[in-house]
Amino acid sequence: MYDFYLKIFKYLSLPKLIGVITWPVIPFAAIAALMIVLVLFLVLLERKFLALLTIRKGPNRVGPNGLFQTVADAIKLLFKEDIIPANANKILFTIAPVVFFFPAMVVYGLIPFAHNWVAINASCGLLLMLAISAISILGLLSAGWASNNKYSMLGAMRAVSQAISYELPLVLSALSVVVLSGTMNLNKIAFGQGNIFGWYIFPSFFGFVIFLICTLAELNRVPFDLPEAESELVSGYNTEYSGMKFALFFLAEYAALFVYSALIVTLFLGGYSSPFGGYILGLIPYIKKVVFLEQAFWLMSKTFAIILLIMWIRATLPRLRADQLMSFSWKFLLPLSFLNLLFVALFKYFIG
Amino acid sequence: MITEELKINIGPQHPSTHGVLRLVADLDGEYIRDIEAKIGYLHRGMEKLAESRNYHQYLPMVDRIDYLSGFFNSASFCYAVEGLAGIKVPKRAEYLRLITMELNRISSHLLWLGTFLLDLGATSPLFYCLREREEIVKILENLTGQRMMYNYYCFGGVRKDMPDGWLGSVRDFCESFPAKIDDYEKLITENPIFLERTKGVGVISQEMALDFGITGANLRASGVKFDARKNMPYSVYKDFNFDIPIHQEGDCYARYQVRLLEMRESCHLIQKAITRIPGGASEKLKVKRTNCGCNKPECAFCGDETKVFFKKTNPLVLKIPTSEITTFVESSRGLSTCYVRANGTNMPDRVKWRTPSFSATQILPELCKGGLYADIMAILGSLDIVLPEVDR
Repeated sequence: MYDFYLKIFKYLSLPKLIGVITWPVIPFAAIAALMIVLVLFLVLLERKFLALLTIRKGPNRVGPNGLFQTVADAIKLLFKEDIIPANANKILFTIAPVVFFFPAMVVYGLIPFAHNWVAINASCGLLLMLAISAISILGLLSAGWASNNKYSMLGAMRAVSQAISYELPLVLSALSVVVLSGTMNLNKIAFGQGNIFGWYIFPSFFGFVIFLICTLAELNRVPFDLPEAESELVSGYNTEYSGMKFALFFLAEYAALFVYSALIVTLFLGGYSSPFGGYILGLIPYIKKVVFLEQAFWLMSKTFAIILLIMWIRATLPRLRADQLMSFSWKFLLPLSFLNLLFVALFKYFIG
Repeated sequence: MITEELKINIGPQHPSTHGVLRLVADLDGEYIRDIEAKIGYLHRGMEKLAESRNYHQYLPMVDRIDYLSGFFNSASFCYAVEGLAGIKVPKRAEYLRLITMELNRISSHLLWLGTFLLDLGATSPLFYCLREREEIVKILENLTGQRMMYNYYCFGGVRKDMPDGWLGSVRDFCESFPAKIDDYEKLITENPIFLERTKGVGVISQEMALDFGITGANLRASGVKFDARKNMPYSVYKDFNFDIPIHQEGDCYARYQVRLLEMRESCHLIQKAITRIPGGASEKLKVKRTNCGCNKPECAFCGDETKVFFKKTNPLVLKIPTSEITTFVESSRGLSTCYVRANGTNMPDRVKWRTPSFSATQILPELCKGGLYADIMAILGSLDIVLPEVDR
């Protein structure tokens, strides 16, 4: 592939150096493009799916069946006036959406979309992913503090306390997968699971449930949407934001939704590997090379199943209260994740 | 660590204060140290306006006092004027009033249920509740021509008789509705998060409820069996045998359960009323010197008091001699009281409304103190306050 790419520059009689420099950039450009398209689609999907669940029609005016609604929304947000409150801390207020957005974008590079199709094939990919996505909390905190708004402040405080309490069970349940697979490389974790019987959801079922719950909390989604609880805090940390800055918050939330769902799939549901073990495309001799398409298909379908599950939860449950949220994490999820880790370790030692 | 209390203004423009209530809360982190309810942002002077209008002109305005259940205030005022003027309402009109009031009670409770769950963070019940409310609103629109401000009752009956097939649509609704409540219960009643949020939150004890003058479902959730429909019957509620659901706990969950049971009970009541609705005129159109001679109270043309001053066609002639009256109507929010003092002209001397939401707002700071910030919304939602009714 690398040679083929350099050949293009030779044919176009461009200096080879440009090819050498631009080659590592391509995955990131591709991932950025993928992210934007995914987010635009996810917003529409959520609105349509929620509409389906709540006997409405959802967006149906812009384009065929409302297909371009999010595009129209994005354009509207781009052209809106960018308001910075008079008493806000202008530097932090401007930086906050970027700080919130950038980790969500970077972690896309760590997701293996097919075998060895990963932008950053780090040996500690899982650790890196959890570490980077934890940075986004800084963005929330600075957004809430810099807005100089009491609702934003409360929302940011809630977001931080929530993120800290749910980070622990999240990491502990991810650790159970590391115990099972013996590696932190996400590509190897996904590859090691093979068909449906090898999925780590079976030995580490509670790990999966805890990870899903903590994901909801990390994503600030129902029933853990306290930082942006509309009926309590108006809009939480992003109350004062408008225009493109608000759009960045919005974008990052949906980007994180996809990334976390893909992470759940990679850790517990076999990642890109087919549930049946083999690949249909792999059987046909001439197109064996495009088997990654089928792998990407499996990853996407599993990920969207998780996303739809999260959206379904949103349509069903009310919101927890702040103290209940804390006690649920520290008194229930944390001990359970320790027990799960112990069980998984014993399982690995005696059976696996 | 140095901490200081955060003074926060919740409202008057806030998604979950149900209108324009302003709560000034002192927060210590998430905990509420003190809270004060400030009202008056929707004051329209309903009581003072009555003094410069004649009785018929004031009648359409009373629907606006509680826009979610307009029939009750309308009925309250109608009973007051009818009591002062000595007008007997025909049975058919009373039955129509009963059916419409109970339908209105269901629709008001449905909207309460949706917004209460919305305050707790669940979005979809609102849409399901609005779906059923839409059916009721359509039924009432077919009858009255309006979706919210009905202006359907008039002194001596109702404005016009029901159209053909209207009772059938009511019957259809009442048959399908209990299954819909079962659906809500499946979604909400056993939900662990809902139980966590509402059980033991905002407990109103029996003494506290009586001290603060809480009425309606909020009072019945605290274990006091008081319902104006039973205890001081008006309209034709005497003819019916119906239950008054009560719960002892007095928390948000009890209030939720009482309201759901009330919806079921109202549904039964409507079904009974449909089968018993009598014929005859729906209003006393000509209460003049005409007298057919039967002198029965049910007769549309006789009545016991046929006075010259009451004419439907010319409201300016309705001059009520100096007297006063207080009427009680069990609205969907509680005991709605109307006091009218007449002074011999065609305008009332004084009209005073005592509305249930007002007392419910008073108790709010007592319930919220010491609780968490999110509890404000649960308590406020469960009390079922409608702000125009508080401010009038």
